[in-house]
Amino acid sequence: MLDSLPLILSFLMAGVPPTVLATVGGIALTVVLSAVAGLALVSRHRAVRAVSRVYVEFFRGTSEVVQLFWIFFVLPALVGYQIIPLGAGILVLGLNHGAYGAEIVRGAVRAVPRAQHEGAVALSLSPWDRMRRVVLPQAVVEMLPPFTNLFIQLLKSTALLSLVVVDEVVRRGQLLVPNLGVGEKLTIYLVELVIYLVLALLITAGMRLLERRAAARVGRVPATGVAT
Amino acid sequence: MTGGWDWAYAVEILPALWRGLQVTLLATLLGSLLAFGLGLVFAVVQRNRVAVLHRVVWAFVQFWRSTPLLVQAYVIYQVLPDVGITLGSLAAGVLALGLHYACYTSEVYRAGIEAVPPGQWEAAAALSLPRSRVWLAVVLPQAVPRVLPALGNYVISMFKEVPLLLAIGLVEVVTVARQLSAESFRPVEPLTLAGILFLLISYPASVVVRRLERRTGAR
Repeated sequence: MLDSLPLILSFLMAGVPPTVLATVGGIALTVVLSAVAGLALVSRHRAVRAVSRVYVEFFRGTSEVVQLFWIFFVLPALVGYQIIPLGAGILVLGLNHGAYGAEIVRGAVRAVPRAQHEGAVALSLSPWDRMRRVVLPQAVVEMLPPFTNLFIQLLKSTALLSLVVVDEVVRRGQLLVPNLGVGEKLTIYLVELVIYLVLALLITAGMRLLERRAAARVGRVPATGVAT
Repeated sequence: MTGGWDWAYAVEILPALWRGLQVTLLATLLGSLLAFGLGLVFAVVQRNRVAVLHRVVWAFVQFWRSTPLLVQAYVIYQVLPDVGITLGSLAAGVLALGLHYACYTSEVYRAGIEAVPPGQWEAAAALSLPRSRVWLAVVLPQAVPRVLPALGNYVISMFKEVPLLLAIGLVEVVTVARQLSAESFRPVEPLTLAGILFLLISYPASVVVRRLERRTGAR
């Protein structure tokens, strides 16, 4: 069974670029939506908070698979044209995880001590500068660890895109399974699992780097990892 | 024809969707029970430092929670029969859910166990209680209630992940919705209703968990 490993590897590795693209695209959209919706959740305006709350609860409350199928099958029936599968996938990944990310942002901003807000007011910084120069740099340090978990969830969710025939790792595995011998199934799936593990480790390593930078920026030694 | 919303059709398919939802709820319930039990075993094994087993469990937990549930479900449903273990869609799905979420619940229990004050362990040792009594009568009764809200959150997450088991043939609510839309060529009502059903259950559930969180004072 090991002689087919090179074939399995090369076939599955060809699925890595779409998986990575979906992950990176999903993460980019997640970051933007988390920031916008998260800051909206701590807005002074009730209407802004309400709109954001509806977005967050809606996307956290309905299943990701349903959201994916809805964009893939229902939207075309309603508006008459179909988004390309990878695009639909990135959209759903971003919208879904952005809703979870918004809660992370809200929690981190609210965890910044009140005295920091008051100090910024005393220095007569504008509301925008208060947020940008005082509150956010501190909040970001708190946000990064939970965002690492969220991004790994997102990476795992990209496997769902195989259900709407995006040519990513899992989909390619499914194409391979019926064509190889019985003993090869385990090899195929193990390779898939290892690919995801490596990608998850890469995300973790990248985020650790960011954590250290963000902590250094506000003059703190990071809680996790080794101080340099 | 597609497009627009047909109320008559929506009402007509509700009973079928409800039957599918019952399967989803059943898978969630059984998966949760397995995740609660197995996660506790993982946590206790790691805390007790059972020979090399605690390292194996630790490595497994780290690996299993970094990889997609969908692939794990395929492994359980398609590869296990090769070694003589053939499971139906529901059994395989529940096993996949339970094993995946046990990796999360074990971390939750671990935090709960660590929050039990050292004095409790020392007192139990001073009374020379047997190991099983230390766990069952002293540590767990203090650790578990504290982590109930966190466990509740994972039940809700699991509920929303059940639909991916359609890939291994589980006839849950989204599968039913897909079948209905294939028969009628109307995807709008079945899939929209499926989404609404999820929202109707998971939103109130998350409100309850949040209230529980506030009461226990733990996150």
